[in-house]
Amino acid sequence: MIRNVSLITLYCSDQDEARDFYVDVLGFVSNTDIQMDGFRWVTINHPDHPELEITLMKPGPPLDDEGADFYRRQLDKGQAGGLGLRVDDCRKTCEELTAKGVTILQEPSERPYGVEAVIRDNQGNWLVLVEPKEFTPEDFA
Amino acid sequence: MPVELLSRLRLARDRMDRDYQSELDLDRLAAVAGVSKFYFVRCFEAAYGETPMRYLTRRRLERAQDLLRFANLTVTEVCMAVGFSSLGSFSAKFRRMVGESPSEYRDRWAARGGPRVPGCYLFMNGVLHLGGAPKRDDDCAILEKPRSEGSQ
Repeated sequence: MIRNVSLITLYCSDQDEARDFYVDVLGFVSNTDIQMDGFRWVTINHPDHPELEITLMKPGPPLDDEGADFYRRQLDKGQAGGLGLRVDDCRKTCEELTAKGVTILQEPSERPYGVEAVIRDNQGNWLVLVEPKEFTPEDFA
Repeated sequence: MPVELLSRLRLARDRMDRDYQSELDLDRLAAVAGVSKFYFVRCFEAAYGETPMRYLTRRRLERAQDLLRFANLTVTEVCMAVGFSSLGSFSAKFRRMVGESPSEYRDRWAARGGPRVPGCYLFMNGVLHLGGAPKRDDDCAILEKPRSEGSQ
């Protein structure tokens, strides 16, 4: 029986910088950091959700060179989507993150599904923050 | 284009996403990317498929659509809030991209009902800069109502 999602991949260009950003700025915690033969496994998780690890991966094998290059370029260009994050107060969170120097790409805005903002991590991923509210499909009509 | 340049183009694009309300010109944006103006335009277009200024215009018009749908603001206030300095230019570009005028767009959404965010709330949250903001509306002659309204 499949119980839950336990691991997702987030691409980055520098594993140390990425981990520091997610831990020091966004409030995640460091989980695993293992150096293997030519390969470093770095994961973080949200403090309340140790069951879901996020592995910070540099684009590389098993991607082929072309695939790895594609991910690197998408990161550099700022077009790689990272995580969707639930927040309790989107506006307050954005104020706090701005104070910490985080780039807010889209200030908190009212959407049918809640208040949403988009921020940039320090690797080039964009992250969505949503303070959710109840909605129905008709709200999108 | 050197691959190292991509992340610096991203910084310039992020700057437009973040600071679309302010006066951004090619000199400033090229400085963010750390390259010459002409090189910046050429590389930006190669990377993103459109020129920086066109991207900025689209960004502003996208923000304008959002405000026209949800905010209780006049067209002029929306025009200023998203960084246009001329109502005429704003309306023309809006019509070209969206296919209807800003007021037609707003009225069409208003007819569907739904709550609107009060202008004063947007002002308090920094979406609007009513008075005290860098002057950039010299060529905007017509205001639909006094700009201080809603800034209580």
